[in-house]
Amino acid sequence: MTREQIAQVVKDIINDILPDGDCSNINPEQKLREQLELDSMDFLDIVMEIRKRYRVEIPEPDYPRLATLNSCVDYLEPKLKDK
Amino acid sequence: MKTNRIVITGMGLTAPNGGNPSEFRANILSGIVRFQIIELRYIGKVIAGVCSFNPSKYQNKKEVRAGTRAGSIGIYCAQEALVDSMIEVNESNKSRIGTYIGITEHGNVETENEIANIANYNYDVRFWNHYHNPRTVANNPAGEITVNTGITGPHYCIGAACAAGNMGIIQGAQQLLLGEVDIAIAGGVSESIHTFGIFAGFKSQNALAWHEDANKASRPFDIGRNGIVVSEGGAAFILERLSDAKKRNARIYAEIAGWANNSDGTSYVLPNPERQAECMALAIKNSGISPEDISLINTHATATKAGDIQECEAVRKVFSAAKKHPFVNNTKGFIGHAMGAAGALELAANIPSFSDGIIHPCHNIDKLDPECELPGLLAGEKAIRSPSEIKFILNNSFGMLGINSSLIVKKFDE
Repeated sequence: MTREQIAQVVKDIINDILPDGDCSNINPEQKLREQLELDSMDFLDIVMEIRKRYRVEIPEPDYPRLATLNSCVDYLEPKLKDK
Repeated sequence: MKTNRIVITGMGLTAPNGGNPSEFRANILSGIVRFQIIELRYIGKVIAGVCSFNPSKYQNKKEVRAGTRAGSIGIYCAQEALVDSMIEVNESNKSRIGTYIGITEHGNVETENEIANIANYNYDVRFWNHYHNPRTVANNPAGEITVNTGITGPHYCIGAACAAGNMGIIQGAQQLLLGEVDIAIAGGVSESIHTFGIFAGFKSQNALAWHEDANKASRPFDIGRNGIVVSEGGAAFILERLSDAKKRNARIYAEIAGWANNSDGTSYVLPNPERQAECMALAIKNSGISPEDISLINTHATATKAGDIQECEAVRKVFSAAKKHPFVNNTKGFIGHAMGAAGALELAANIPSFSDGIIHPCHNIDKLDPECELPGLLAGEKAIRSPSEIKFILNNSFGMLGINSSLIVKKFDE
C-alpha cells in the first residue's frame, strides 16, 4: 500500500469510529485527539480494526506513534507495504 | 405500606406494534400485530416481535456501536418518557433522578456475538471486543441511560426474569418512598430476540410458538396455543411523589396503589398457582382495597399450556368470592412476550383505560381453552365503559425460578 492509501484507510477507520461527523479534512500534522472527539477506548477500536483488516499487531507501547495522521502512516507504512 | 403517594407522570415505549404510547394503544385497540419471521444462527427461522424505533433519535453512532440493543431500547424509552413528562435533566435535578430498569437476562446477546466474531479468527481472543465487559455487566441498560442523559443519581437493573418490568416500576416507587430520589425512571427492557439461546431454550421446553401466519402465533388462553413468541421492547415510566408532581403541575396518568412480590420456592420453571394467588391477594391488601375493587386484571399469560391454566387457577382463588368480577385480559397476543419489558409494556397498554374507558380484549383466541374460562374474560371483543368505572388495574408478571409480581395502579383522583 502507498502512503496515500494507508492514510485513506486510517481515515476510513476513524470515520467509522467517530461519534459523529467525519475526519476528511483533518490536519495530518496535528494530534488526532486535539481535532477529533476520540477517547482512549476509540484508539482501542482503531487498533482492533487494523488488526482485523490487515492482521497487523500494534503493541501498547507503540500507541503514542498513532498520535497524528502522518505519524500513523509513518508507523504503518513498513507493516502494510506488502498488503 | 405507603406514607406518600407515587404517581406516573410520563411514559416512553417501544413495542413491535408501536413506537410511542398512542400508536401502541391505537394498534392494540385495532388488533394490529406485527410479528416477523427472523433467522438466527444455529436455530434458523423463528417468530419474533421486532421493534422499529430509530436509535439515532437519541444516540450518536459511537453510543450505538459501543453499547447494546438493550441500552438503545432503554435510552429511547427513558428519553421519550422524560419528554412526555416535560422533565428536563439539568444541573439542579440530575443527581436526584434514579434509573431502575428490569431485565429478564442480559449479556447472552453480546457473548454469543463475540463468540461468533472470534470464530472468524480461529477463536483468537485478541479479536474479542474490548467493549464486551461494559456491554454485559448487569447494570448495562440502566447505565447506558445515565451515560446518554447525564443523569448522576443511582442506576441499576433489577434482574427478575419475566417479572422484571413490574419489578423495575416497584423499585422506582420504593426508592421514591425512601426519599433516595425525587424522580424515578422505571420500567423494563428486553433485547432477547437477538440471542438464539433464549429461543433454543424455549424450544427445548416445547414452549416456543410457531404458526404459519406469524401474527397468529401468540395466542394466550386459546386451546391451540403452542408457546411463546419472544419479543424485544421496552417501557419506561416517570414516577414522582404526588407532592412534587403537583408542584410542577404535571399531567398524571395514574397512581401506584400498591404491589406485592413473592417466590414460589418450588421449581426452576413450573409456576405455582398458590403463590401467584398469594401475591395477587397481598397486592390487593397492600393497596388497601378488596378484590371487587379491581376493574381489570392484565394476566401474565405467555401462551404456554401450564402457565396460562395455572394463572387462571390463581385468579379464581383470589376473585371467586368477589361480589363483582373484574375484567380479565392479556396483552401478549398483540406483542408476544417482551420478557424484561413485558410487565411495563403491558401496563402501558392498559393505563389508557383510565381515560378512554376501553378495555382491550385478548387476541388470537379462536377457541377458548375451557381451563382458562374466567368471569369477566374478554376473549374476543373489547369492553367499553364510562372511564369513571375503571378504578384499579392489577398487572401480573411472573417469571422463572418462581418470581411473582402483582402491581396495582389506580385512576388518579385528588
